[in-house]
Amino acid sequence: MTGRTTRLAVDIGGTFTDLVLETPARSWSRKVLTTPEAPERAVLEGMRAIAAQAGVAPETIGLVVHGTTLATNALIERKGARTALLTTEGFRDSLEIAFEHRFEQYDLYMERPAPLVPRPLRLGVPERIAADGAVLLPLDEAALRATAAGLRALGGEQGIEAVAVCFLHSFTNDAHERRAGAILAEELPEAAISLSCEVAPEIREYERASTTVANAYVLPLMERYLGRLQHGLLAAGVAAPLLLMMSSGGITTVETARKFPVRLVESGPAGGAILARLVAAENGLDRVVAFDMGGTTAKLTLIDDLEFQRSRSFEVARAYRFVQGSGLPVRIPVIELVEIGAGGGSIARLDALGRIQVGPDSAGSVPGPACYGRGGTAPTVTDADAVLGRLDPARFAGGTLSLDPALAEAALADAIGPAMGGSVAGAAGIAEIVDETMASAARVHAVENGKDTAERTMIAFGGAAPLHAARLARKLGMRRVVVPVGAGVGSAHGFLRAPVGYEVVRSRHLALADLDPAALDVLFAGMREEAEAVVRLAAPDAPLVESRTGFMRYRGQGHEIAVALPPGALGADAAAVLHARFEAAYAALFGRVIPHLAVEALTWSLSLAVAQELPTPPPEPPPRAAPPPVARRTLHDPATGRADAAAVHERLSLPPGTRLAGPALVVEDETTTVVPAGATARINALGHIVLEFDA
Amino acid sequence: MSAAVSDIALQVMWNRLLSVVEEQARTLVRTAFSTSAREAGDISAGVFDLEGRMLAQAVTGTPGHVNSMARSVKHFIEAFPVATMRPGDHYITNDPWKGTGHLYDIVVTSPAFHEGKLVALFSCTTHVVDIGGIGQSPEGRQVFHEGLFIPLLPLAREGRLEEGLMRLIRANVREPVQVEGDIHALMACNDIGARRLSAMLAEHGIADLDALGAHIVARSRAGMAQAIAALPRGTWRNAMRIDGFGAPIDLVAAVTIAEDHILVDYEGSSPSSDRGINCPYCYTDAYTAFGIKALIGPAIPNNAGTLDSIVVRTPANSIVDAPWPAAVNARSTIGHMLPDVVYGALHQALPDRLPAEGTSNLWNLKLGAGHGITAGHTGRPFQVTTFHSGGAGARPRQDGLSATPFPSGVRNVPVEITETIAPVVIWKKEYRPDSGGPGTHRGGLGQMMEVTHRDPAGVFGLFATFERVVYPARGREGGLPGARGRVSLASGQELQGKGFQLVPAGERLVVEMPGGGGYGDPARRDPALVAADVEAGLVSQEQAAALYGAKR
Repeated sequence: MTGRTTRLAVDIGGTFTDLVLETPARSWSRKVLTTPEAPERAVLEGMRAIAAQAGVAPETIGLVVHGTTLATNALIERKGARTALLTTEGFRDSLEIAFEHRFEQYDLYMERPAPLVPRPLRLGVPERIAADGAVLLPLDEAALRATAAGLRALGGEQGIEAVAVCFLHSFTNDAHERRAGAILAEELPEAAISLSCEVAPEIREYERASTTVANAYVLPLMERYLGRLQHGLLAAGVAAPLLLMMSSGGITTVETARKFPVRLVESGPAGGAILARLVAAENGLDRVVAFDMGGTTAKLTLIDDLEFQRSRSFEVARAYRFVQGSGLPVRIPVIELVEIGAGGGSIARLDALGRIQVGPDSAGSVPGPACYGRGGTAPTVTDADAVLGRLDPARFAGGTLSLDPALAEAALADAIGPAMGGSVAGAAGIAEIVDETMASAARVHAVENGKDTAERTMIAFGGAAPLHAARLARKLGMRRVVVPVGAGVGSAHGFLRAPVGYEVVRSRHLALADLDPAALDVLFAGMREEAEAVVRLAAPDAPLVESRTGFMRYRGQGHEIAVALPPGALGADAAAVLHARFEAAYAALFGRVIPHLAVEALTWSLSLAVAQELPTPPPEPPPRAAPPPVARRTLHDPATGRADAAAVHERLSLPPGTRLAGPALVVEDETTTVVPAGATARINALGHIVLEFDA
Repeated sequence: MSAAVSDIALQVMWNRLLSVVEEQARTLVRTAFSTSAREAGDISAGVFDLEGRMLAQAVTGTPGHVNSMARSVKHFIEAFPVATMRPGDHYITNDPWKGTGHLYDIVVTSPAFHEGKLVALFSCTTHVVDIGGIGQSPEGRQVFHEGLFIPLLPLAREGRLEEGLMRLIRANVREPVQVEGDIHALMACNDIGARRLSAMLAEHGIADLDALGAHIVARSRAGMAQAIAALPRGTWRNAMRIDGFGAPIDLVAAVTIAEDHILVDYEGSSPSSDRGINCPYCYTDAYTAFGIKALIGPAIPNNAGTLDSIVVRTPANSIVDAPWPAAVNARSTIGHMLPDVVYGALHQALPDRLPAEGTSNLWNLKLGAGHGITAGHTGRPFQVTTFHSGGAGARPRQDGLSATPFPSGVRNVPVEITETIAPVVIWKKEYRPDSGGPGTHRGGLGQMMEVTHRDPAGVFGLFATFERVVYPARGREGGLPGARGRVSLASGQELQGKGFQLVPAGERLVVEMPGGGGYGDPARRDPALVAADVEAGLVSQEQAAALYGAKR
């Protein structure tokens, strides 16, 4: 998908809406403030402004790729539709009982997040399907119609806009759910209906219901928004197709997005990961950690051989200090990433033992870090960065905001300094702790995926990442960091590199010992058909690539691992092939296989995407010396405790081939890259900054 | 400045050590076989210094494992002096008195070397699928009935597995392959820990854990001492009567807040039982320490320094210190009750901080069928444990959590998973109305579950270890008790809360789990909350009128 036509990417975030416009000649970017009450307004305003800036008529835009946090925010803020949930009779509380778990073991006062559907709107329907798909109790259609009539009778503010249906074992036999969907469409023609057998046909009733309910809950809102956006774009002269970014890293049509809006959560980070993969290809890197650090969170993604780690589960709206288990589980295809409550705005404090704690709460943009001078008094990571000399007070965020380091010092001196021996030592402590927190999360994430972080290259983007990347990389045993061009609007850049694609998942519990290859082929053929129908809407003729995955385990285990399956139809030796692939994957993850043990598969997935050609690295430009620095600034290094006079360079004034030695700072509008002592930086042919460390 | 930097370096390394044991634990959960480990997270993992003091542990599902494993490493060191340990060694036990309280829990301890030098020990525990004997039943009279007893033994020597021991284990359990798989998972998890620790030492350029260990223990002990110093001094007493097995049991505690530690003395508690609900000292110590730490130092990482701040004394040969060869399989029946006993005493010293009594004991459905278990058995034999919970006690300013365990921290097993691995059908799993103890803050609700065999002609058995069937969870400050639990057949027959019982063909097992106690006078509950509970069907109009004074 190289840019022959003019293409627009739009990423709506909590604070800013980022736009990137690519013309055949060059690329333009712009940030406008998000308009939460009508998000399409910022999109349309930004589109007009960026088109004018580029001298392009809206009519000539050939494609719009869009990602948004609207669905995520509706879930976090509980601002979705009034939704009812129909379950198998006897299971209406499954959604609220969840995992029967205290995610904070030692907290006597813990609360679980409220379910999206309150108990009076969770209703049981007489029906029952067994684990093997047999019907134990037929669907009571009369009872269902009576229940629907009861919902219809709720008018006004009580009116139901969406209904989720989740019956037990519907991923094995969906007949009751589909019949219920048809009856509800007759009885409640205005309501949006989401069936669990379509949204998340996977075993484990709570997670399936949670996903289906989340889908129903955001559906009316997203449908209205997408309708308004399409009309607005048309009215503004943009007749181009609109495609939506999904959490899986693929893009899809508005029609699919309207049906499965839950797949749109976390589309921003997916865009960032897509950009990182592109940068990895441009630099010939096969083992990469993408590191995205913004105001409130940091995200880390592993990319091996230009492939992401993929996952089918994700937790949205973590209510409780980002603690795992405090959010809503959704089972959707996602690019696997670990998200930590650590960003520039994260607040630092001392705990009862006098230890520095950073985050996960953030000062946000209001009041913001103390050095913003907007009333914030709690020291944040950005304040620590300011005190360490990493930020140019006059150049922060392209000069739109001037920083006051004295306020940062004062906040640190009050809250952290006395215990640590001064505000610089306190700032160094904050930087060390936040970097260690991210490093710990990265290590645990890597081990869970059977990977290691050492000897990788980090690709750093997002406003705060280039400030912390060098130290974090060293903590993770890495030798190299790449800070790409346009790091500040990385996600929107990524949208334009995402392939049209779709992923279909089905649960079908099979023991390899009695695997019927033909039946599995039939299952995959159905999945391919479903995926292709979606993909062809947006890409009618392009060549497609398909990948198949089985989620397998030793019989008796509770956690499956993803096993890549051979393409195409399975032969008579399918069981042996699958067994060998499972053992190879298991050994890679856990270091050993267990002999004589039966292997089974629970879930199968098929992903279909437009074939993409990734770039190859251009030749390295001849080395050249750096121009004289524009300034020198005192830079404190938390790793060594030393203070050095660091050379300050403007990124735009460094041509390809430039070599720099640390300590140095490379500044640009959206961020600053810290080059610590002992590191060198070079500008490669594409303008990326490449940091390398001495062994 | 150097003092401050080195303090930060120690703090960074401490955080790193916590992440090392977290990795160790995740590896175990992902590779484990038993449902208790893989679905419910019933495992523990930690790192120890060469004197057997725990320096860090993963935050996992069960305090009972965690704190008892913390003590177990000292037993390993006594049996296998550290000077004799070699790279590739692993040691094993399931001794209930030296491990974590019953034969089902296998502990593996392994030395960790860095540049050829022994620097630490890693230890971990998991609950295996089966350990032979009479299985998951509380009906044992002696520990000999309860299965294979593995004393402290080498499991591997310099990388070579003790094949003879493995053969012995395989021959004595019902699921040999899975148990062997779990033992491999335990070794793998310690190996991961050792590798990560070595990398950490190399990165920080230190040769051993001496300075870091001293820092962790001293800081944590000081943190606990500081928390304890803020409490009033004195001794407070409490007693709680529970159902027991065949006869009620009294749990009695005197809790003394001293200058820098808290002493819990269980003098006056009932003698040991002749059934498998006895609690060895290690497990009593574990849950007592957990309950106190959750109250006074929830944010302080658990290690030898924190555990030393809590001293537990028990009368000899009592239900809370049952000696070998007592039967101990369902020792959690007692252990899970101990925080409630301690909280009842501490509530007198610390008003407005402690929850009311809860269900506390897990209401796990342990079901099975097979030759010799269900007479005339045909069809597929099975043994399954599904983890579920009643209601927790109300808090001073909040309702109790419904269908949530406390003090245990396990997760449930999904119904669809249970039905996939065992021939049973669960027809109902829903909140039990009116079960939460009425109060200004309502106790958490229990839940109802109904179970049949998948085959209408099939018979299955229930291994019951349920509490609060006779003596309910009591409220505080005028709050009323939660509903008693009840176990019955749909046709009407009452079942016992303890022991093995049959569910005949065509019958439906009905389990009604207890609710947590209420907090404060129910008449003072916010009428809007009462109305919301009634609208949601959590409280009946009758109960609202009778106990909350709601107008009908």
